[in-house]
Amino acid sequence: MINPTLPHYDVVVIGAGSIGAPAAFYLAQAGYRVLVLDSAPSVGQTSNKRAIGGIRATHSDPAKIRLCLRNIEIFSTWKERYGDDIEWSEGGYVFVARGEREEKTLKNLLITQKSFGLNIDWLDQKQLLQVVPDLNPAEVIGGTFSPEDGNASPLLAVHAFYTHAMEYGAEFRFNEKVQEIIVRSGKVVGVKTNRGEYGTDVVVNAAGAYASEIAQLAGLNVPVRPDSHEAAITEAVAPFLKPMIVDIQPGPGSSNYYFYQHLTGQIIFCITPSPNIWGFDTEETSSFLPMVAKRMVDLMPRLKNIRVRRTWRGLYPMTPDGAPIIGYAKEIDGYLYAVGMCGQGFMLGPGVGELVTRIVSHQLFETDPKILDILSPYRQFAGQELLK
Amino acid sequence: MSDYRIRQHPILPIPDREAIEFYWRGKKLDALAGETIASALFANGERVFGHHHKDGSPLGIFCANGQCSQCMVLAEGMPVKACMELVKAGQHIEPADGLPELPLVTEAPTFKPIIDRKVQVLIIGGGPAGLSAAIELGNRDVQVLLVDDKHRLGGKLVLQTHRFFGSTKAVYAGTRGIDIATRLEKDLRAHPTVEIWLNSTCLAVFSDKKIGILKQGHDYAVIEPEVLLVASGAREKFLAFKGNALPGVYGAGAFQTLVNRDLVRPAEKLFIVGGGNVGLIAGYHALQAGIQVVGLVEALPECGGYKVHKDKLARMGVPIYTSHTILSANGGEKVESVTIAQVDSDFKPIAGTEKSFGCDSILIAVGLDPVNEFYLKAKQYGLNCFVGGDAEEIAEASAAIFSGKIRGMEIARSLGVEKAEIPVEWYWTSEILKSKPGDTFSEELPEIESGVFPVIHCTQEIPCDPCSGLCSHGLIYIDRKDIRHVPSFLGNSYCCEVCEKCVAGCPGLAITLVNYRENPDLPVVSIPYEFTRQTIQANDRVSVLDTEGGELGQVDVLSVHAIENNDRTLVVEVNAPREIAQRIAGIKVQDEKVTHPLDHYVAHIEDDTIVCRCEHVTAGEVRSLIRAGYRDMNEIKTVSRAGMGACGGKTCVSLILRLFREEGITREEITEYSKRPVFIEVPLGFLAGANGQENDAND
Repeated sequence: MINPTLPHYDVVVIGAGSIGAPAAFYLAQAGYRVLVLDSAPSVGQTSNKRAIGGIRATHSDPAKIRLCLRNIEIFSTWKERYGDDIEWSEGGYVFVARGEREEKTLKNLLITQKSFGLNIDWLDQKQLLQVVPDLNPAEVIGGTFSPEDGNASPLLAVHAFYTHAMEYGAEFRFNEKVQEIIVRSGKVVGVKTNRGEYGTDVVVNAAGAYASEIAQLAGLNVPVRPDSHEAAITEAVAPFLKPMIVDIQPGPGSSNYYFYQHLTGQIIFCITPSPNIWGFDTEETSSFLPMVAKRMVDLMPRLKNIRVRRTWRGLYPMTPDGAPIIGYAKEIDGYLYAVGMCGQGFMLGPGVGELVTRIVSHQLFETDPKILDILSPYRQFAGQELLK
Repeated sequence: MSDYRIRQHPILPIPDREAIEFYWRGKKLDALAGETIASALFANGERVFGHHHKDGSPLGIFCANGQCSQCMVLAEGMPVKACMELVKAGQHIEPADGLPELPLVTEAPTFKPIIDRKVQVLIIGGGPAGLSAAIELGNRDVQVLLVDDKHRLGGKLVLQTHRFFGSTKAVYAGTRGIDIATRLEKDLRAHPTVEIWLNSTCLAVFSDKKIGILKQGHDYAVIEPEVLLVASGAREKFLAFKGNALPGVYGAGAFQTLVNRDLVRPAEKLFIVGGGNVGLIAGYHALQAGIQVVGLVEALPECGGYKVHKDKLARMGVPIYTSHTILSANGGEKVESVTIAQVDSDFKPIAGTEKSFGCDSILIAVGLDPVNEFYLKAKQYGLNCFVGGDAEEIAEASAAIFSGKIRGMEIARSLGVEKAEIPVEWYWTSEILKSKPGDTFSEELPEIESGVFPVIHCTQEIPCDPCSGLCSHGLIYIDRKDIRHVPSFLGNSYCCEVCEKCVAGCPGLAITLVNYRENPDLPVVSIPYEFTRQTIQANDRVSVLDTEGGELGQVDVLSVHAIENNDRTLVVEVNAPREIAQRIAGIKVQDEKVTHPLDHYVAHIEDDTIVCRCEHVTAGEVRSLIRAGYRDMNEIKTVSRAGMGACGGKTCVSLILRLFREEGITREEITEYSKRPVFIEVPLGFLAGANGQENDAND
């Protein structure tokens, strides 16, 4: 048995990021004694701060749609409920169609999306240019527009979850690397770090890109491996662009890319390299900026004069089928996965945090079992989301 | 219309430049072709360039070096840095008030491939270190690409109108910085293997060992060098005090840029914070440009700069307040006054000692930080890279010249084109040139009051030797083995022929001659003088001062002349009574009234001490976060936005680290900002290789 004099927590969350911080918040709010461990020096310092901030419910996967509808509600009402400005803006999402191929893909998606009651429609070129007048008319034939999607600041949001989690009594320990998950008789009993040991009944793996490493500490395998995407932010200019623009047409060296104007007036953008760059490297390369710049200026010539301020690379913790992995491990009691967000940890975070709390408290909603089926760690991973 | 141009200068030639016109807020103003927008505005007395989008506070020049983005204006609707962009005839310039509108673009651009090249050696920075290294490499036919973000080579040498200290043999000591720049450039341009890109800013060193450069202001280039030399110099440190972001508060280096490079008078009355060489020299340069210097504060009990620089400034009539600090810059839209106070041994202001002075500008000269972000990234990514000059270690420009030379040799050796060992003496010389001032001795006055004697008012150990080569009889002696020793005169009263070369040639203006030969009771004293001839004539009565600026009395000017082969330093001969003759070191040039404090001190109540200029974050905001337990500067950045702005944390880091120190937090507890490129903002169209972009840019 683990040393009974050790501090004991109901739940230890590993990772104080897009998933860990909201999970801690909802668990603590539900009355659990929560400890969050992170090897970084403060909240959101690994992948959260590298996220660009888009939040949409307009996915094609039913589980993500349900989670994100709830998330939009949480993000959009956060300020009035809790007082912190997380820079939420309901700008909507536009997926542009450069040609017929994209038009077909997007229109196919609409069928599923509309069946979930999502507010999303096809706009022809003229309608699209009314919503986004700066698009290059020679480059777009139309696109989908979902006005209720939006964006917020990942860092401010995760920071808000963190501070309010502490108000509910959650404890956070930074600069603390988990070295061992202590298991006795097939059950989680504690966590050992480079600085101490903590007793617990439940461990939540919310380690993002490092999910697989944290799983292996308990001898578990979870199919999460990160690939890297590059992003950048510009100077601030007066507002001129409302929605997030997503261009799904592949280009040389890249698949999709997307950008939006944040509430601060800055354009934030990100590109998906093609082929994917697997691994943990997050150092900036020389190829990203010229590649994404050309695609963006081509699509929206007005962007040619905006000045890039900073660039970085972040990791997408990918799963084989592009859907998150949420649920208990069968092999060890009390080991709960909340991993594999595939680059959408920020927009999924609060809903996942609530779901994790419902799992821990055995108070699932009626719709949850279906979601958990889709996101099960033991599913086939055979499918592939139409649009990630 | 007020004219803020420098029309005459004791050292600098005033070039004839084409007059052009431009529009500021719709008003037609005069400018000179080839000058920056900032200088054109300053020449017209315009010092407020815009207002901050967060709080509407006024903005003006700060670094004048393309680093900080405080001087943004809209040129034909395009946001540009006024300090880097050249003004064009007929151009319409508007202040940047709040967030700028991104200009509409009606025509989609076409694209060209971006430049992608390999070179043997890439040198970032064409200042003293970069130029010297490039010359060494050029001598060995190495293929070099040298990039510099300014419109001419020389780096900060082109701002230095004074004669350099250091070693005559190794680094052109005794020659003025501006002239060293010209010589180095001439030497360099003789080498066909060295390619030079001016107006070309280094943006980033990437992990694939490539360096992103914005060539000539509009062509993005990705360069892959075999060897990288970072000679990117230094940037000025800033200081936290109330009102520190008011237009009119800026770096001493920025001031020297406006005055000595651009020949504008950005101030009429200025106050200097910091008694290092930069502040002391900036004060001297101000006086030479006809700008009044109200005073200088230094928090330490002694100035950190060379004593000869301090003495020189004091002798011009500038009060130096040691053990004093600045409390506030006061004013509405721009600086109107400064408040200072004495500090105790813990550097805390002593209540009741506050004083205010009327002034329109406050220069901050509290030290320099290396521009080392490129070097750190290059090291991290495993490039074969070297670093020289201030980017390696802050020291005098003479030291940078020499360290550049050594780096050039080292690079040649690493490429295998140079087999010879680098002489050990070079490293020794390099260390001497970098050394801080040593001991100060009391001034030795000649014992005999007959014949002619030089009086050497240079009593501090500093690396400087030009005087030892000036005397035609070799009678001024400095130990060759270590030029930091103070000079001494080896002759007797009969030796000196009164050639006055030592008087006119000492970089510190610290040698006078006392000539008793004609009238031992009223000897003739030869004094160096570096102001325009119009300011002093024979038969004038002038106030003479001792070495440290103590008044000795009024004397008559006998003559004002230039000696043969002089380098723009005049020699003034005065008749002085025997009792004071040997102690005379200089002539007062500034009226004492200029330096009088205001009747009452100006209290500054508002808590507007800014630590992050880009996002206007106050010291109070950051301090409260530190007190709440924040130790990761990235977290401070998240909640306060300090460090998120255009400059990329170039100014706020040292200020925030200082706040931590004041709160008793050790460095080990603190996580610094993660540093991410690009280090200078660059338009997306340039990165994309969009054609036609150069029309919008500055050629």
